[in-house]
Amino acid sequence: MSVVATPPVVPKNVRKTALNAVHRQMGAKMVEFNGWDMPVEYPASIGCGIVAEHMAVRTGVGIFDVSHMGDIRLADREALAAVQHISMNDASRLAVGQAQYSALLYQQGTFVDDVIVHRLGEDEYLLVINAGTREKDFNWVRDNTRQFDCAVENLSDAFTQIAIQGPKGVDVLQKLTDADLSAVKFYWVTRGTLCGLKNVLMGRTGYTAEDGFEIYIPSDEETSARVWYEILEAGKEFGAIPCGLGARNTLRLEGKLPLYGHEISDTINVWEAGLDRFCKMEKPDFIGRTALEKAKAEGVKKTLVGLEMIDRGIARDDYKILDESGREIGYVTSGSPAPFLKKNIALAYVPPEHAVLGTTVKVEVRGQGVRAQVVPTPFYKRPKKA
Amino acid sequence: MPYPTDRKYTKEHEWITADGTVGITNYAQDSLGDIVFVELPKVGTEITAGKPFGTVESVKAVSDLNAPASGTVTAVNEDLATSPEKVNKDAHGAWMVKIKVKDPAELNALLSAADYEKFVSEEGGH
Repeated sequence: MSVVATPPVVPKNVRKTALNAVHRQMGAKMVEFNGWDMPVEYPASIGCGIVAEHMAVRTGVGIFDVSHMGDIRLADREALAAVQHISMNDASRLAVGQAQYSALLYQQGTFVDDVIVHRLGEDEYLLVINAGTREKDFNWVRDNTRQFDCAVENLSDAFTQIAIQGPKGVDVLQKLTDADLSAVKFYWVTRGTLCGLKNVLMGRTGYTAEDGFEIYIPSDEETSARVWYEILEAGKEFGAIPCGLGARNTLRLEGKLPLYGHEISDTINVWEAGLDRFCKMEKPDFIGRTALEKAKAEGVKKTLVGLEMIDRGIARDDYKILDESGREIGYVTSGSPAPFLKKNIALAYVPPEHAVLGTTVKVEVRGQGVRAQVVPTPFYKRPKKA
Repeated sequence: MPYPTDRKYTKEHEWITADGTVGITNYAQDSLGDIVFVELPKVGTEITAGKPFGTVESVKAVSDLNAPASGTVTAVNEDLATSPEKVNKDAHGAWMVKIKVKDPAELNALLSAADYEKFVSEEGGH
């Protein structure tokens, strides 16, 4: 069987986060992800591996380097108007310190990227975007907001971003900061001193379908490494372990969180992706609105569903979906074993008539049709705190 | 770690004993990570040296199992269908299939334990 080994040296045209040397020193398996040399999983010898990392986040706390993601700051007098123009959700609902999930759309109502919009000040917004779309998004935002009195800055390289995810995440972070984290609700942010660094932005956000925080610290290697190790040390009593992109993917999949290039892309529209509730059509105008109105009237030809394998087999990205008679009707956008649910799950696009809960379809796995069932999503929802 | 000397090895990280028992190496299971699925051929299947005879899946990836030698499958480890993690726990003990080797001389071309150990230390830096 073929084995993918970690390249001993990061290839020339592949980017590194400030924590790259730390991941390699810890023995992480590295892989190239959208132009970045990133940890997939950490070694079994330190209690890690995709399954252990996934379970740590669901039951305790896991620590992720997510510095590969990008950051765009919009500020000045017409910052809100600029954000409203390019983002499909309604940013006018954001109080200072509040964040929301949204997306940037093309004129035809399909996705440039998904994004978390944070309101940091009266006229200051931070968009956190995907790693693979850093340049595309920045150019898109800059080119489509020229008419507004608003400064657009690419801050992607300014931050090391660390995600502390899981029910114990808040407890770990509270040990390291003077900010009162109990006062920070989910999808709100705060600033405080963290590990001796002043005025650090900390958001109660994440991509794991768990409670947790994402912190933004200066991106020099020394600071980044120091804070990373301090977080792991503070997290020891809660079983904190470092987590890579492997667990990041299985966690977000269980929570039905979309991944750009899979559930959302420049050929998929908001209705097909099922992201209606983040798209405020009552906003007077935003890029893509007109096309979406038309698309709504026409109805979707494909819709995103959750699948659970019934027969033995694992549905993987791009596998074909067949109806009972073996006719090709769709495809898997993301598929994998789900370590917490202990099932094999997938997200897939199928025609609306096959999207009814309980419908049986077949997934083509190495030439064979393996049965799966349409199930409610998200597959996993975190328990409400008592 | 020292590799058992009672068997030969392929550059594709499979092992085969003199009596035709086949599995994957410790290096392979470590590289794969948590194994969640093993797909093996039925008894009676003809397998061809160097060609895929089954699949092993980790959480992240699907890998072909390549036949170390040509022959007919005489036994399949059914345990791995319900407990694929046994391969992670003990790759050299968790056999996958037993085959009646067509041409025992084929095994001579495979790597010895010492050669395989050298091969993996050069390949991965693991």
